[in-house]
Amino acid sequence: MPMASQLNFKELQDLAGEILGVDPDQVQMDKSFQRDLAADSLDLVELIAAIEDKYDVELPDSELENMKIIADLWKFLEQKTAERLEA
Amino acid sequence: MAITTNYRTRSDAVPLRSFKAKGRPSAIAGVGVYAPDKIITNFDLEKMMDTSDKWITERTGIRRRHIAEPGTTTFELATKAARSALDAAGVSPKDLDMILVGTSSPDGPFPSVACRIQNELDAPGAVAWDTLAACTSFVYALSIADSFIATERADTVLVVGAEVLSRMLDYSDRGTAVIFGDGAGAAVVRSAPKGAGFLSWCLGSDGRGYAQVTAGNIEKGAYAAKDPAPFIDMVGPDVFKFAVDIFIRQATEVCQAAGVGLDEIDLWVPHQANFRIIDAAARRIGLPIERVAVNIDEFGNTSSASIPLALEEAIRKGRVKSGDHVLLAGFGSGLTWGATLMKWA
Repeated sequence: MPMASQLNFKELQDLAGEILGVDPDQVQMDKSFQRDLAADSLDLVELIAAIEDKYDVELPDSELENMKIIADLWKFLEQKTAERLEA
Repeated sequence: MAITTNYRTRSDAVPLRSFKAKGRPSAIAGVGVYAPDKIITNFDLEKMMDTSDKWITERTGIRRRHIAEPGTTTFELATKAARSALDAAGVSPKDLDMILVGTSSPDGPFPSVACRIQNELDAPGAVAWDTLAACTSFVYALSIADSFIATERADTVLVVGAEVLSRMLDYSDRGTAVIFGDGAGAAVVRSAPKGAGFLSWCLGSDGRGYAQVTAGNIEKGAYAAKDPAPFIDMVGPDVFKFAVDIFIRQATEVCQAAGVGLDEIDLWVPHQANFRIIDAAARRIGLPIERVAVNIDEFGNTSSASIPLALEEAIRKGRVKSGDHVLLAGFGSGLTWGATLMKWA
């Protein structure tokens, strides 16, 4: 299992591309889940679940509505990585 | 495409309870179904509320649902499915030791739908009652049948899942009204040769999630509040997450308990709540969709009737052979869940 310390944006692009059914290259920091990637609420839930599994992190349900663009998700993963390195 | 990352159990998840079947084995000896003739398509719904065929199909996989005519009771649907299951199994009502009905939409608080069926079929030797566990009712009722047969307190049990959910729908709420439908399915469960039938079970409940799927005034109680219309209400994304999660964990648990590999599942018959839930879980379990029974496009979510409706179709189409590993799995309001792995007799 890849540790969050080895964060790799390409990996996130591939995972999001597969689950949202879009070309991984379309998955860029400034892209909106809803507007640009045509992801509905269920796609987002599915993507978060896959990310939780892959990176061994947990996103509280209350945080879900804050995930608007890819960068929100990336920042969340970076923060979790930092917490893990400190621990 | 299968998603190959390891599954991670959430920290707040309840531990699952699973066990290998013990005692005298039992198996499904016949399945029967009934759905009302009246059909409401997505295009019909477009005329009734602010929705579209595209929106419903993409989010749920549902294209049509069967709806009971006004005045048609859950008991009537249940009885038709029951007769058909008895025919399929070659069993006389006189041989029934027990009649169990799983339903969330009984015709009233009492008498039970099961007792009405007992009277209608003339099955004087049966003990009859209803089980309420929302969409998990059918699997819970099957597990009761298996337990009574295992302990030799019954030889032949009729298990029915029947719903008229259309009466609990608010046709101004496009989030729920498009999802549910009416129907009934039944199975006759009898003792089976060693090594056949139900191999293992995973049953559970998590009352912390009681508010995720509701019908009526839950704080005061629908009866106490004299709720005129106990409509179904649902927190969609929460249920989606729970459902995918529990489908994966249950499949893993029942296979482990039975000593059968996930790749040895020949047919998965999931509760038909939403195609997206089924598809997401199947990919994570690693099951190709060809090994999954799906008929939600035709019936919508019929709660406790959905598993027998999908199982009957699979049997009719020759998708179930003797010796196949068949996984039934449900989840529903409560929250509740239940799964069983069978070796088809």
